[in-house]
Amino acid sequence: MAKRSNEPFLWSLFSSGGMIAALMFPVLLFLFGLAFPLGWLEAPSYESLLSLVRYWPVRLVLFGLCSLPLFHGAHRFRFTLYDGLQIKHLNELIAVFCYGSAIAGTVLAAYILWSIP
Amino acid sequence: MKDAHAYTLYRPKWYRKRVSTWWWAQQWRSFKFILRELSSVAVGYCGAILLMLLWSLTQGPETYETLKSWLKTPLFIVMSLIAFGFVLYHSITWFNLAPKAMPVRVGGKRLPEWMIAAPNYVAWIAISAVVVWFLLGGK
Amino acid sequence: MAETITLEVARYRPEQEGEPTFERFDVPLNKDWVVLDALNYIKDKVDGTLSYRWSCRMGVCGSCGMMVNGEPKLTCATFLTHYAPGPIRVEPLRYFPIVRDLVVEITDFMAKLKSVNPWVVREDEKPVSEGEYLQTPAQLDQFKQFSMCINCLCCYAACPVVGLDEHFIGPAAIALAQRYNLDSRDQGKEERMDILSQHEGIWGCTFNGECSKACPKNVDPAGAIQQYKIKAVTEWFKSVLMPWSKGGAK
Repeated sequence: MAKRSNEPFLWSLFSSGGMIAALMFPVLLFLFGLAFPLGWLEAPSYESLLSLVRYWPVRLVLFGLCSLPLFHGAHRFRFTLYDGLQIKHLNELIAVFCYGSAIAGTVLAAYILWSIP
Repeated sequence: MKDAHAYTLYRPKWYRKRVSTWWWAQQWRSFKFILRELSSVAVGYCGAILLMLLWSLTQGPETYETLKSWLKTPLFIVMSLIAFGFVLYHSITWFNLAPKAMPVRVGGKRLPEWMIAAPNYVAWIAISAVVVWFLLGGK
Repeated sequence: MAETITLEVARYRPEQEGEPTFERFDVPLNKDWVVLDALNYIKDKVDGTLSYRWSCRMGVCGSCGMMVNGEPKLTCATFLTHYAPGPIRVEPLRYFPIVRDLVVEITDFMAKLKSVNPWVVREDEKPVSEGEYLQTPAQLDQFKQFSMCINCLCCYAACPVVGLDEHFIGPAAIALAQRYNLDSRDQGKEERMDILSQHEGIWGCTFNGECSKACPKNVDPAGAIQQYKIKAVTEWFKSVLMPWSKGGAK
């Protein structure tokens, strides 16, 4: 059996991250990026957000929310650099930069969510 | 002519056009495609905002207020607005493409594409409503 | 309606020039003429040296694919009046080496197509005495859409990855591989998976979708590729999480 590429795993991260981002990011960015800062809706207080995040199911959802979409973005951006700018010779560098950032974000998310008081 | 070899009757000289670095800017459909792909940056931006918010929760109420004041600055508002547009574009193109990847056959006939895309949109609206409800104080 | 329409036709005569040029021809604007008719008119009445491929003139042979105003089309299915008052730019299929005028070199595609084993692969052959392999209409329906491919290469001219990565197998080859993967008589899924689950195979595709838009036979190669990606992911997870089970249930 010939050696099969490990791209299927990366693509599964990409597609699940893409689905999560598609379903949840518009509303979250609208609220935290526009509605709350501009005062259209009242932002939740520190205490209410903290009490919400303390629930473990919420932490698990947040972990998924903060890790998989990062892989989605990383994967897509990697291909955009590869195809869009035709810098194939920097292939390994691009892959390390993109997936490395996603892994860093994932580790950071895990650490933060673990250490919520 | 500064070509590799001259044409002769039995040595054809094919012309290979180099694909320009600006290939994506030459046609509107290519440009739309690259915009769709660049929505990945907006997804990264949104992820970063979420991480910052979560981090501020571990640091105390003052950090949370500082972060909120950052998000109020014109720079962040403009970035969030642009990112929001891109994230919307990502969602719409994502749901519209889902039927192509998942053909569903019922009774031998393939379901029309909108029937596969529609549940995605419904889920999108439902989940967004739940998120709003959670964040605006209901429990 | 005007009497004539101008065609800007790409010319490339390697024995006398190093780069393609454009030549303008005025052809009669008949309402039932297609671009191929215009090219035949030019070759018959104006310049007999114009070189291009065509055969059936009815959209089933796949010979006459060319770029018409920047879009890959079958010239036998593209009406002149659609582009009136013109001019209409006719160029050889994009992303292929140009041999002469509107003729492109497609040997590379033929090699890529052959590499995916586009035929029914059997591990065990039924003897002729046992009769044919039977197939229900429902089984035919699984792959019929992908079998409509006429190898016109319009999808290759539309796909940016084909232009950017010369090793990318391309939409038509993958769609045809799927046509055989989904055929109930075929037993070659495994060997095709090895060939296609590579960066030059399905993983080079970024789901641009232009290939399906350009396809004159509604093969939907983009759909074939995405469906195959999902299949490849499930096979990958199966091989990692359950390495003891080999192959599918066939």
